[in-house]
Amino acid sequence: MPNDQPQISVQTPAKMRKRYDNFIGGKWVAPVKGRYFTDSSPIDGRILAEVARSSAEDVELALDAAHAARDAWGRTAPAERARLLNRVADRIEENLELLAHTETLDNGKPIRETRAADIPLGADHFRYFAGCIRAEEGSLGELDNDTVAYHFKEPMGVVGQIIPWNFPFLMAAWKMAPALATGNCVVIKPASDTPLSLAVLMDLIADVLPPGVLNVVNGHGSEVGAPLAANPRIAKIAFTGETTTGRQIMQYASENLIPMTLELGGKSPNIFFADVMAEDDAFLDKALEGFALFAFNKGEVCTCPSRALVQESIFDKFLEKAVARVGKIKLGNPLDPTTMMGAQASRGQLEKILNYIKVGKDEGARLAIGGEQAHLGGGLENGFYIKPTVFVGHNKMRIFQEEIFGPVLSVTTFKTLEDAIAIGNDTLYGLGAGVWSRNGTTAYRVGREIQAGRVWTNCYHMYPAHAAFGGYKQSGFGRETHKMIMEHYQQTKNLLVSYSPNAMGFF
Amino acid sequence: MIERVVVTPEAAEVIRRLKAQHGLLIFHQSGGCCEGTAPMCFRERDFHVGARDVLLGVIEGCPFYVGAAEYKYWEYFQLTIDITSGGGDSFSLEAADGVRFLSRSRMFADAEAQELDAAGPPPRGPEAFRPLAAGAE
Repeated sequence: MPNDQPQISVQTPAKMRKRYDNFIGGKWVAPVKGRYFTDSSPIDGRILAEVARSSAEDVELALDAAHAARDAWGRTAPAERARLLNRVADRIEENLELLAHTETLDNGKPIRETRAADIPLGADHFRYFAGCIRAEEGSLGELDNDTVAYHFKEPMGVVGQIIPWNFPFLMAAWKMAPALATGNCVVIKPASDTPLSLAVLMDLIADVLPPGVLNVVNGHGSEVGAPLAANPRIAKIAFTGETTTGRQIMQYASENLIPMTLELGGKSPNIFFADVMAEDDAFLDKALEGFALFAFNKGEVCTCPSRALVQESIFDKFLEKAVARVGKIKLGNPLDPTTMMGAQASRGQLEKILNYIKVGKDEGARLAIGGEQAHLGGGLENGFYIKPTVFVGHNKMRIFQEEIFGPVLSVTTFKTLEDAIAIGNDTLYGLGAGVWSRNGTTAYRVGREIQAGRVWTNCYHMYPAHAAFGGYKQSGFGRETHKMIMEHYQQTKNLLVSYSPNAMGFF
Repeated sequence: MIERVVVTPEAAEVIRRLKAQHGLLIFHQSGGCCEGTAPMCFRERDFHVGARDVLLGVIEGCPFYVGAAEYKYWEYFQLTIDITSGGGDSFSLEAADGVRFLSRSRMFADAEAQELDAAGPPPRGPEAFRPLAAGAE
């Protein structure tokens, strides 16, 4: 780590607390058992805050507050709910620097990402769903001259949401905004590794939303997540995480007969057809950028393009350029605005990723670049850094099949369009995919055949509101970041009304 | 007999402590994002084993399962369950104490793989555990 990088001090003492309790009923409430855990930064291991280590009793308190607020919030006019959600977005934008710094400190992701993506996109999701709910309407069916079927969309009531640590703020926004817009009250659990951006947000919006509408319970998965997911007082559960816990969430939901949405990861193929190299131009440069995006957010992205499929006829030439591009990824202190790749989120992550690098070597994959931990100086000795790593191998290898959740790319080759589709689909997962071609027909055919919920075509890693996001196969179900997610947070009420004065004639 | 899953002394100690605290435990190797591709440790009653889940072995008296689809890729790897500091939030019980189980793996040598093949596939489903546990305890 060069020492000439500008050191960015975090000017948040007034707004970042030393200790965070639970945000319940519009105020901070200490955990019932009085326990706290220490939240530290993966950048350098420094302690950031004490955070409530809550238990099932705290989940009950949050549910009490949410149920007390649900009727009034559900009846609040859509225009008013939209106004408040837009105000939340305003507060996020007004405090972009604070939130971006908090997120970077807590997660280790580069400040250039939190400034440009996580936080502004989070604000935009609130604006998007504020707009959607204004435009929402039910329907009526005129069944005959005297009989009408009205369909009203009603809130479900109180919903539970469990947020992962890889996009702590953005994933929370994805889930909170549609739930609140549709008139639900929320009990949300952030990941215990990364609770701070949501906690900081609560202080920023405490005066915006009515008490009890949005409640945050901090703590660990087994001690807060499970009691929340299993609780009979939630009407729906939303979860992003891994498959075994996804199954457990479904089991809990089955016991209470409630719906759920799950997003469970992927092993996304990024497919490069030979024609990307037909010219040495801006498009080729864009494709090389797309190849290198496996290292975006240090690979800790459910849609990480962790498998690259490159057409045989260009394989060597393309890989040479692509690996050179990967070599230019700047690894370093995430607070440095020029850093492109920061610290892995935890020691557990670091060790898991290093183990997969070993698996790749054991399986006989060829290492093209990286393949080891990066030991950075300049105060970052206690951080968790890994060099962007590219392996060349075949799709049956474990490094092609298992989600590593780190900056590790597995590259293989294909001959024909049909090959590309077959290899691309030879995975348990189906969350994302990338297709790169100058030929629109090729891109369309492959995009339609790939079994994944999002196929980025001549782009990757864009997450705008109004484009549906979610998985096929073991990647889960439900579609977020589009107005269609609102249906997952709504009941449909049908009023079947007869305006006829005459007997129905059944009896 | 070749074990498909073994445990380090440090991880074994954590398992014994969790058992004392929570009672009978079950392990299920997870896939997918965030804390995926790591062993999840639950109270036995909190996780329903599916009929196709594969019982890889028993560690400290606790069954260790992997999903049927994942097993295809783990068949020729021995897992060593280890423990690391520095969490990663998870529904897995030990994470609340700031530690995390992880699976290290090693590819079986050809002779080992042949012996495993000769022994036949490992048992599946919730019923698979008890007879094996009786032998393992």
